[in-house]
Amino acid sequence: MPLARLIPCLDVANGRVVKGVSFVGLRDVGDPVELAAHYSAGGADELVFLDIAATPDDTRTMTSVVNQVADVLEIPFTVGGGVRSVEDASRIIESGADRVSLNSAALATPSLIGAIADRYGSQAVVVAIDAGEGVVHTHGGRVATKVATLQWAKEACERGAGEILLTSIAQDGKRTGFDLALTRAVRGVVSIPVIASGGAGSAAHVAEALRVTDAALIASIVHENPSGLPGLRREIEALGIQLRPFKER
Amino acid sequence: MSDVVVVDYGAGNTRSVRAAMTHLGLTSEVTSEPDAIAGAPFVVLPGVGSARSAMEHLVATGADQALHRRFQDGGAILGICLGMQLALETSEEDGGVACLGLLEGSVVRLHADRVPRLGWALVEPWGEAFYFAHSYVGVSPLSVATSDGLTVAIESGSFLGVQFHPEKSGDAGLKFLERCLSLA
Repeated sequence: MPLARLIPCLDVANGRVVKGVSFVGLRDVGDPVELAAHYSAGGADELVFLDIAATPDDTRTMTSVVNQVADVLEIPFTVGGGVRSVEDASRIIESGADRVSLNSAALATPSLIGAIADRYGSQAVVVAIDAGEGVVHTHGGRVATKVATLQWAKEACERGAGEILLTSIAQDGKRTGFDLALTRAVRGVVSIPVIASGGAGSAAHVAEALRVTDAALIASIVHENPSGLPGLRREIEALGIQLRPFKER
Repeated sequence: MSDVVVVDYGAGNTRSVRAAMTHLGLTSEVTSEPDAIAGAPFVVLPGVGSARSAMEHLVATGADQALHRRFQDGGAILGICLGMQLALETSEEDGGVACLGLLEGSVVRLHADRVPRLGWALVEPWGEAFYFAHSYVGVSPLSVATSDGLTVAIESGSFLGVQFHPEKSGDAGLKFLERCLSLA
């Protein structure tokens, strides 16, 4: 098995990194290209950029951000938000991203998962699921659907997704730990890796998540102290989780 | 002429490979033009996309013959991920695809705990971790490195293929690329 992955997530709107608490109350935390380079140098295994505005104007801004990030980053990165067609995915991947993340667009058009996977391979398609009370939510976690989380995870996997990015809406931004039961349940019904998201507040929380799944998404915990990433890695390793060998620059 | 020619096969992310080359102080271009491929100081066959569409593109542009010619003449080629797999004889991907056949071996569906196999993993005997993202894997007598027991590097003559993405493997990846290029 590959080593556990620590993945800082940068929520981007109009070319700036923002992070909300339970998806509301956004505040500005920085420049995406600068933060990406900083996290890469600090030992991030991978990065995720979620374009949370995804308006037409914002999409053009995002494409330029992806280009700039690709030129400075020597670790893989995923871009989500506003991917509604194979053309959107192509634009992002050809701008230098390794993978795209689909959320509501995949729910609305499940065949999109397979269409992108056919062109770029399953490893290029992440399906993001915002989960709460057993069902999938849309619109940044605000609207509950009737789709059961486990059923959707299974279908996404069968349709060719290469990874699930699983966010617990209740835990997101709270920094009180991941929803381990949810993570375990989803991982149990799919044969692809699962990234746990929502709730990282300490190294212990991340280590707990990495004991039950393949990767952990972190946000506020690093954005509040961007220079603390190497220290966080060491703490997680001290708790018995093997991360990739990494030398601080 | 550029220091490095990155072979274009119509899909995927060639930007990262070029960014890594720029980082190492090298010029690069992305092309499927046969003469450029045959004559370049160093060629990278990169790796994102599907085996069938990649092979169709290589055949349609004549890049396949250029790669054969280059290999026979001893010109250095680095295959990355799908680019390594394409150098073997056949792939199980897309219902079975005839590949370039530069090297003996075939490509089979990965049987692992989780597929795709995503993330950083140690490569032995090199003792470094590199980034992987694959659902298929090469089986070849020309294996020179393994990871979790899988063949992840094959070498013969002037061809070196790796299953991982050195251009996405941080400092370890850049050092690897630097070694490859200085040996060329």
